[in-house]
Amino acid sequence: MNVATSQSEVTGPATPVGSGSHQAKIVVEDFIAFFGAQAVLRNIHLSIYPRQRLAIIGPAGSGKTTLLRSLNRLNDLDDDFRHTGRILLDGGDIYDSSTDVAALRRRVGTVYAVPTPLPWAIYDNIAYGPRLAGVRDRRRLDELVESGLRSAFLWDEVKDRLGEAATNLSGGQQQRLCLARVLALEPEVLLLDEPCSGLDPISTAKIEDALAELKSRYCVVLVTNNTKQAARASDRTAFFLMGELVEVGLTTQVFTNPADGRTGDYITGHFG
Amino acid sequence: MRLSPAITQRLVVAFLWLLTAITIAILAFIIGHVLAHGLPYVTWDFLSRSPEKMGREGGVFPIIVGTLAVTGLAVLIAAPVGVVTAVYLTEYTRKGRLTAVIRFGADCLAGIPSIIFGLFGFAFFVIALGLGLSVLSGALTLALMALPTIIRTSEEAIRAVPWSFREVSYGLGSTRWQMVTHVVLRSALPGITTGIVLSLGRCISETAAVMLTAGSALRMPSLLGSCRTLALHFYTLSREGISMNMAYATAAVLIVAILAIDLTAYWIMRRFITKMS
Repeated sequence: MNVATSQSEVTGPATPVGSGSHQAKIVVEDFIAFFGAQAVLRNIHLSIYPRQRLAIIGPAGSGKTTLLRSLNRLNDLDDDFRHTGRILLDGGDIYDSSTDVAALRRRVGTVYAVPTPLPWAIYDNIAYGPRLAGVRDRRRLDELVESGLRSAFLWDEVKDRLGEAATNLSGGQQQRLCLARVLALEPEVLLLDEPCSGLDPISTAKIEDALAELKSRYCVVLVTNNTKQAARASDRTAFFLMGELVEVGLTTQVFTNPADGRTGDYITGHFG
Repeated sequence: MRLSPAITQRLVVAFLWLLTAITIAILAFIIGHVLAHGLPYVTWDFLSRSPEKMGREGGVFPIIVGTLAVTGLAVLIAAPVGVVTAVYLTEYTRKGRLTAVIRFGADCLAGIPSIIFGLFGFAFFVIALGLGLSVLSGALTLALMALPTIIRTSEEAIRAVPWSFREVSYGLGSTRWQMVTHVVLRSALPGITTGIVLSLGRCISETAAVMLTAGSALRMPSLLGSCRTLALHFYTLSREGISMNMAYATAAVLIVAILAIDLTAYWIMRRFITKMS
């Protein structure tokens, strides 16, 4: 991985650029999301760049999770969900009727707030995604399971008991299992929805370490309620408030010199 | 007069204990009575020979085969249809008028007396479709009777699978069908099995519907030939005063068979659950 490129991208355009940008991995254009009659996201414009970690912060109910779940169409599972606007992944609209949603979700993987191992063996949990994608070769599956677990910093703890039930792992291990499960699909974008909200500080540190390594290969979007985590574990930060994107920029800038007074108020704990 | 809470508590516990004890005692008495009167006549000969003189002598071997054929075939037909219906109702439809109607229909079906099913089976399978009094007619009729139980219990089992499992599966790039087969059915299997075993119990002990559709022939059964089941054999032997000893022996075989089915299902489920968690 070329350090110079990554540097230029980190220090590149700090504010969202329009659809003209050729380097953005994901471009959200004038996106409005409704649940029933209620608009939960309003006119969102946001670019997400490869090999960067974007943190999305904001108080509860600000639309962070809705945006995250819009990026791989998980909101489609809710019958009440409607949207207008576009979300482009490598230039193609993911809401286009020709989109293969299953394939999209393999490219854009999600780790949920609550660790949700399926009630199977550790190995089968990790191999489930690749198997769905049609990988049958046992050696290839073994490789994907091992590399996923290694990237999630879990391999050393479970390598001798891959056949044991995943539900017997501790909470922190389960969440890293969920991370490994997504990584085994070799996705392009990694979405994390408050992945550490139920975890102890040591488990949280392990997840953050994993994310720091992963950013060299993936585009990471991290929704978090923990502003300190956003400051620690992201390159850019977006602040959402009541369904609006208040500001987005380099994390250092957002935290030291926010452009909008409301951002500063939230970060310093005046509300939310 | 007011009783102190401690005394009330004791009275309630004693009352609940008494009712439970009565229930279990009655059950134990029935099973004990049948086994005590029947087991002495359950010999290898009884199990392996054909009945003679209307069942006054000989054994029940063709009747055991007939019971297995009718109930086995009924469950083989009803289980896939019932489970698929339950999957459709829970995973492929939104809650709406249509599913409410289907559910209501299934519930009504569950409350219909078996003799009505027998009459329908006789009119439809035996006469209209020309299947005659046969294993097939009996099995199809019993399958209709078993369907509501299987649909309802399967639905409950499927609903009990946490929503998060489905979301995880979708998130990992599964289609709906892959999600249903790999995650939902796999997790719901113990509950679905319970429902199927319950309906198997209802089928194996059915008499009225079987008499009208499978007949009561004492020969070895064939798919399109008439046969007799254990429950019906017991009814005929006792009702027509042929032989109370043979009737009790038949009942004992039936009870042991049902216990064996229940215990096997319970054992399989226990194994399945401990393997999973």
